[in-house]
Amino acid sequence: MNEKSVGIVETKYFTFAEPPNEMLLESGEKLGPVTLAYETYGKINSSADNAVLITHALSGDAHVAGCHSKNDRKTGWWDFMVGPGRPFDTDKYFVICSNVIGGCKGSTGPTSVNPQTGKPYNLNFPVVTIGDMVKAQKELMGHLSVKKLLTVVGGSMGGMQVLEWAIKYPDMVATAMPIATTSRLNAQGIAFDEVGRQAIYADSNWKGGDYSDYKLIPAQGLSVARMLAHITYLSEESMHEKFGRRLREKERYGYDFTTDFEVESYLRYQGESFIKRFDANTYLYITKAMDYFDLTRDFGTLENAFKGVSAKFMVLSFSSDWLFPTAHSKEIVRALTVNRKKVTFCEIPSPYGHDAFLLRNEYMEKMVTDFLTYAYDK
Amino acid sequence: MPYRTLKQIRLDLQLIADLIKDNSRVLDLGCGTGDLLLKLVNEKNIRGHGVEIDVKNILSCVEKGVPVIQADMDAGLGDYPDSSFDYVILSQTLQAVKKPHIILKEMLRVGQTGIVSLLNFGYWKVRSQLFLSGKMPRTKTLPYEWYNTPNIHLTTIKDFKDLCNKQNITIKRQINLSQSRKGGFLVNLRPNFFANLAIFIIENKH
Repeated sequence: MNEKSVGIVETKYFTFAEPPNEMLLESGEKLGPVTLAYETYGKINSSADNAVLITHALSGDAHVAGCHSKNDRKTGWWDFMVGPGRPFDTDKYFVICSNVIGGCKGSTGPTSVNPQTGKPYNLNFPVVTIGDMVKAQKELMGHLSVKKLLTVVGGSMGGMQVLEWAIKYPDMVATAMPIATTSRLNAQGIAFDEVGRQAIYADSNWKGGDYSDYKLIPAQGLSVARMLAHITYLSEESMHEKFGRRLREKERYGYDFTTDFEVESYLRYQGESFIKRFDANTYLYITKAMDYFDLTRDFGTLENAFKGVSAKFMVLSFSSDWLFPTAHSKEIVRALTVNRKKVTFCEIPSPYGHDAFLLRNEYMEKMVTDFLTYAYDK
Repeated sequence: MPYRTLKQIRLDLQLIADLIKDNSRVLDLGCGTGDLLLKLVNEKNIRGHGVEIDVKNILSCVEKGVPVIQADMDAGLGDYPDSSFDYVILSQTLQAVKKPHIILKEMLRVGQTGIVSLLNFGYWKVRSQLFLSGKMPRTKTLPYEWYNTPNIHLTTIKDFKDLCNKQNITIKRQINLSQSRKGGFLVNLRPNFFANLAIFIIENKH
């Protein structure tokens, strides 16, 4: 089959939880109104059983596939997965993705204006959790008249939302595909997040979160946070392949503190491009949401967490991912198995580390295609 | 896959399938491309899944809609609680695992009944190859050279029965096969010599 792009798409907005009916957050605080930015591709079928919800990772957004205009050269973050003839075939499925609550890509988050003060929330924004993200998505499903999800799928933090969906709304989720994820962030993961946050706090432009009042951005802090995080998304092998010890536009060492190595230049570029598309306070909030995610804490044991799920699972990990390593996926698989749930698991061979789920991979694409086809046709 | 796919293998799987009761819970260790499980799901309405190490085989299982978990059997079946399954199947794989005696006990811990199909190294053609040529035997079902074979624990029917006995495992039933057929008079009279493959139904002694 010929596969192609979904073409030109548009971000839409859905607002709910207008006061006095604010959304109750896991922390106990209330938030409202709440807007979610979302995109949809394909059409819901007559029996309304072809909806696919894609959940995004830390720095992702609602824009999964296609382009926003004719001249837009940048496609959505999982473009190769979504479109006619692609794994999430938009000729067959109705695909939905929304920016998480707490995000900075159109959904209500720290950069949004607090209706009570007329100023951006900044650090007055309540701390949101993975559970809150999912709860907000559930509201969106109601708005779209989606009562049943053929699948919920996502990588990394997106995978956490997948688990949350399957547990919290078992009747709505037919299949679940948590990819390169974990049921709880380990100490190492929390540690990396904390160093990233510290880099932001340490930037004098951060101003206790109120940088927008001064028309400043904590660019240095956010970019260091991104550089650090980016290393955790790669693998030793992929960095060696991509950069080795190659020098940047020079033949010999500079014996100074300008850029010597390719890898330094690459990371700086990653950091600098990140500040153009992401907000520092949002980075604090979303990493915190990931740190708090812990199904074992919520349910006593991981087995307990999955007791009531009815979704069929396909759990995928990547061989070179050391941030959310295979062992974490296996814990999920084990807990599902103990509960006699239907689960398929595979560690996909890839040299690209945690980022592998965002890159083309014939194994991942085929497994997702087949798993979904089977679930849909049955 | 430690064996070649032959017509006989299909018969082997067919016979195993015949042994399994409707609606039971089945674990297929080393499930390969998932053909047996697919058959069991379709014909016997079983629930269960396969365990397989090879990614390409897992792709085939997913394509068929057969649930499969990638795992190395040599790491044990510790993820499964006791008595999780009615049947645990190990078809032509025992010879390729690192600790066959432990796998057998594990099979009967997590399952009520074990079904093991075994390539018989006591088969007369194997014996005669070793006897006449003085070299390690190679057959259609055991096609590898001694140095690259994944079949590191080849055994005979007699050896297998001894092991079961030693481990307090009862053999409930034994089906002998010769080439692509269910065994005739001679094969059943002297299986360790005339059968190249045997299927055992095993349970723990109570």
